[in-house]
Order: sequence, then structure tokens, then C-alpha cells
Amino acid sequence: MAEAQNSPTLGSARAGGPPPVGSTTAGSIAVAAESTVATRMSAPPSFDVADFPVPHGREEEWRFTPLERLRGLHDGTAVAGGNGLKVEVQAPEGVTVEAVGRDDARLGKAGVPVDRVAAQAYSAFEKASVVTVPKETVLTEPIRIAVHGEGGTAFGHQVIELGAFAEAIVVIDHTGDAVLAANVDYLLGDGAKLTVVSVQDWDDKAVHVAQHNALVGRDASFKSVVVTFGGDVVRLHPRVRYAGPGGEAELFGLYLTDAGQHQEHRLLVDHNVPHCKSNVVYKGALQGDDAHAVWIGDVLIEAKAEGTDTYEMNRNLVLTDGARVDSVPNLEIETGEIVGAGHASATGRFDDEQLFYLMARGIPEQEARRLVVRGFFAELVQQIGLPDIEERLIAKIEEELEAAVA
Amino acid sequence: MATLEIRDLHVTVEAENATKEILKGVDLTVKQGETHAIMGPNGSGKSTLAYSLAGHPKYTITGGTVTLDGEDVLEMSVDERARAGLFLAMQYPVEVPGVSVSNFLRTSATAIRGEAPKLRTWVKEVKEAMQRLNIDPSFAERNVNEGFSGGEKKRHEILQLELLKPKVAVLDETDSGLDVDALRVVSEGVNRVRETGEVGTLLITHYTRILRYIKPDHVHVFSGGRIVESGGAELADKLENEGYEAYAKHDGVDTKGGASA
Repeated sequence: MAEAQNSPTLGSARAGGPPPVGSTTAGSIAVAAESTVATRMSAPPSFDVADFPVPHGREEEWRFTPLERLRGLHDGTAVAGGNGLKVEVQAPEGVTVEAVGRDDARLGKAGVPVDRVAAQAYSAFEKASVVTVPKETVLTEPIRIAVHGEGGTAFGHQVIELGAFAEAIVVIDHTGDAVLAANVDYLLGDGAKLTVVSVQDWDDKAVHVAQHNALVGRDASFKSVVVTFGGDVVRLHPRVRYAGPGGEAELFGLYLTDAGQHQEHRLLVDHNVPHCKSNVVYKGALQGDDAHAVWIGDVLIEAKAEGTDTYEMNRNLVLTDGARVDSVPNLEIETGEIVGAGHASATGRFDDEQLFYLMARGIPEQEARRLVVRGFFAELVQQIGLPDIEERLIAKIEEELEAAVA
Repeated sequence: MATLEIRDLHVTVEAENATKEILKGVDLTVKQGETHAIMGPNGSGKSTLAYSLAGHPKYTITGGTVTLDGEDVLEMSVDERARAGLFLAMQYPVEVPGVSVSNFLRTSATAIRGEAPKLRTWVKEVKEAMQRLNIDPSFAERNVNEGFSGGEKKRHEILQLELLKPKVAVLDETDSGLDVDALRVVSEGVNRVRETGEVGTLLITHYTRILRYIKPDHVHVFSGGRIVESGGAELADKLENEGYEAYAKHDGVDTKGGASA
């Protein structure tokens, strides 16, 4: 039998209860006396892996993750090696690409590792890659970063920094087979505009655990598009903070979870300064036995963050029996002086009755499934605003569906 | 001329550890241009007949034949039946998340007609059909049946009937749950399709009320999984006056609802 459920979060105060399957909660608000987002982590943020106990799986931040499939990334037994990881950066003129050591001041400026695997990545990487777009530079071509694995284990650190009023699109492609733990920092200067598309198109065996830290400058806008198709375990943790008022963050995510895959997306938007906006939309489709998708959407509006406007949404479409979804939206509000705050989570099933209905109108079975999935993702894909990426995503979704349905 | 022939149809359904026979030998012939009303009490198997014709996987055919113009319908998959010209307007139309009405209608019309309708004429065709059924244009962008009221769902079914132009349309309790205004709009839609003379209609209903709007050529009383009496439109009047009690002896079915409304 399929299990599709929304799970409750721990913590003393939070917005809304766990919505039942197929339902939607929106706009509920609670005022937190103390941040449960921060207190429910098992250790405070740190760059040093030794500051984190080895997780056993019952911790709030690890309770959905199959630790036994992390290939030792969480307990110190994973060692960099094998064929490593090939990282190629293709940057237009005017962009600098550097390999730097752990002492570089730009590293960790956007955020500190919050769990053991992120700290492990920080403690174990050899050289960090820093890509810099100078101030007021507006790129017309995207920066492309190709990350390709051939069976090795690797720890990475990537920094992408935009100077004031710089504008750039970055496309990060993950392919092949790898065991990878990484931190990715996005530093946006005042008025900068950054769009990052991170595609996880791994082979079936890959394990990828990463923390993304964005620090959004005054009046800057950050758009993150996370697309996860492949891998055995993919666990991404995009986090956003603001360096000044007027910042905007849009976090879009799309995942297609197949049989046996664990795909986990944990988000935190920390409204730590006034008058910033955030919008989170993640959508996933699941098919096959033991396909498991986890979405944790944390939004924290700190007491000083007056004028905040935030919304987060997660939608899941369960296409077959045997798949499981855990979707946990969590909104904490420490000030009432805000423009808006809301969240919604819903998990629906594509069931035999829907299939019968479409087929009873002459639509063949495979086309009926495609119709439903395409429609489900279309709205999100259109919001990305990059035509070539949109086309590629639609083509990729079709391809994944063909492979799975056939 | 298209003809749907049902011969000695037996259908079972799996119910809690037991196989239950619902249809016990149904015989019926529906020709293009004809309208047949099948009337019967709750639980008599009317809906099972409708879903069995459409090929719902819940029902198992254990005997008999169904042919459309001589072609074996029972051998066809659900979508093949629809493409062969069978249409089922459902009593409980299903919500399909993520699929807009306009996308659904076009995909369906493309499948049924064998080629994508030309966009310009198609848009006009849909718009006009929606207008005739008092369906707000904004429906085109809503997800199929999602958040539709009962009346909206039924009008949406009849919209499909008008656009897909089947050879034989089975209307499964299309009248149930409709107020008089909605019933009139829906009936007018069905009558428009009937007036083309190109569709055979099998109208399944519990109540005689809809027969004031849609005049059947033949009325059949359904009880205990088979047709127990057939006649002309006058049989509906008899049911209106006397209810289903006279037929209760065939089966221990619920006759309390009565036929009139």
C-alpha cells in the first residue's frame, strides 16, 4: 500500500498542525517564544566536524534520512578518493574562477555548517572553488558548472559571489556516480541578481548531501531552482539569510522520485532583517516501490524582521503504490508586524479512478500518466523564467516518465 | 447504423472475501438515434451495467457478449472502447489534479478523432459548447472536476458528450443531485446531441423526473441484475405512479426510494 503522509514537527510552537493527506493548510500563524528551528538541531552550527556527534537517526534533522545508505558521510568513515569528482567551470569573460584554501575569508561567510555531514565536507575538502562576478557586471551568458563523478568519494566547497548590482545565471549540473558531501555558498552584494539552477541528474547509485547557504544583500534578489531526478540518496539543505532590507528570495524545487530513491529537500528561510520577501514552491512526483521524498520547509520570521512577506508551498503527486512522502511545513513568527506569511502542503494520488476517467475519454494509459505529471509540473516550470532551462526540464521530465512507464 | 448489442451479460464484483454476481443476464440493443431509459431501484445493478460497458477494472465479465457494430467491446481496453465510439457520462466524475479542462478536452478530442483538432476551430467549438451549457469560460483553466459543484461536474460531462460525438452514450444517473435549472440545462445538452440522430442514448436513472425533459423511445425496468420489463414511454408513467414495489419480488433490493421525484 502507498503511504502518503504529512508528519508533525517537534517544537513548542509552530504554525498549523500536520495537514492530512490531500489537504491543504494555508496562512496559519503562530507566534514562537523561542525558535524551534534552531533548538531542534542536535548541535549548534560549526565548521568543525568534531563538534557534531555521529547521528543515530532519531535526531530531528536526520529522522527521515536512511543513514545506512550515506556511505559513511555521516560517521567519518567516508574518505575522499577513487576517481574523485570532475568539476568544470565554464565562465563568460569578466568572471574570475579561483581555487582557494580553507583560510579564505569568503568561505563560510554565507553560512556555517549546521549538521555533521556539512561540517564533514567543510573539514575534509582540499580546495574550494570561488567564482566571482565583479560589481555591476551583467552577464548575458550563464556560468556553467559541470560536476561529474565516476564512482569516487569527494568533499566540496563552492562559493559564488556577485558584487553589488551584478547579475548572473549559474547552472550547476550533477551527473555520473559519486559520493559527495558539499557546501555551496551564494554571496549576493547589494542590488545583485542571481539565479542558480542546480540539477541533480545522478546515476542510480550516487549519494549527494549538500548545504546551500545564500546571503542576500540589500535589495538583492536570489532565485534558486533545485531539480532532482537521480541518485540513490540526495539530501539538499538550501538556506537563506538576508544581509540587508529589501532582499528577495525565490526557492523553486522540482523532484521526480523513482523506485528506491530517497530525495530529501530541507529548506530554511531565516527572515533576520526587516522588509524582505521569500517564496518557496517545491513540487515532486513519485513512482515505484520505496520511492521516498521528504520536504521540510522551515521559515523563521525573527522579531526584528518587520514587513516580511513570505509564502511556502509543497505539492506532491504520488503516481503509484509503494511510494512515500513526508512533507513538513513549519512557519515560526516572532513579530506580528508583517505583510504576509503562509504555508501549504498537499499530497495527492494519481489513482486508478483518475486513470479510468482519462482512459474512458479515449486517452491511452501512458499518455494519461504523462498528461497528469506534465500538468502538475507545468505551472512551476513556467515560473523559472529561463526558456532554455524550462525546455530542458520538460524534455527531461518526459524522458524520465518514458523510462519509468515503459 | 451503429448498434450496441448486449447479450446475456453476467458481471461479478469482488466484495469482502466473496464474489458477488451483480448482472445476471442483461439483454439490450441500442441503435443509433434511439433513446433508451433504464430505470430501477438502488442496488439493482444499473451503474454496474454502465461501468461494465466502459470497462472499469472493478467489474469482471463472467458471461455474455457486448458488441458495437459487430466489434467485440469486451476485448477492448477502456480507451479503445471510447475511441470505438462508447461514451460514459459518470455519476461521480473524478477529480484529476494538475490537468486543466482545456488540456483534457483537447487531448481527449485528439485521441477520439485520431488527429489534433485545428486550434482555431477547436477554440471556437469549445467556447460555443460551453456557452450552450452555461459553463463559465474560466472553467477551461481549472483542473478537471477539482472543486466543481455537483451541477458543474454533470455539465462538464455533457460538454464532453457534445464535443466527442460518440456513437453510443451511456448516461449514468446524470440527473442525480441536480436542481431543476441544472437538470434543464443538462437535458437540453443531451437533446442537442440526440437531435443529430447520430447517437444512441442509454439513460440510466432512478427517477422519472429527467424523462420530462428527455423523451425516451424505450423504457426498461431494471431489477435484480437484469431487465424485467420493457415498454414505451408509458412505462415511465406507470413507474411514476406505482414506484418499483411491483418489481421488488425479483430481488431483495431497496425499493423505498420510489421512482417519482
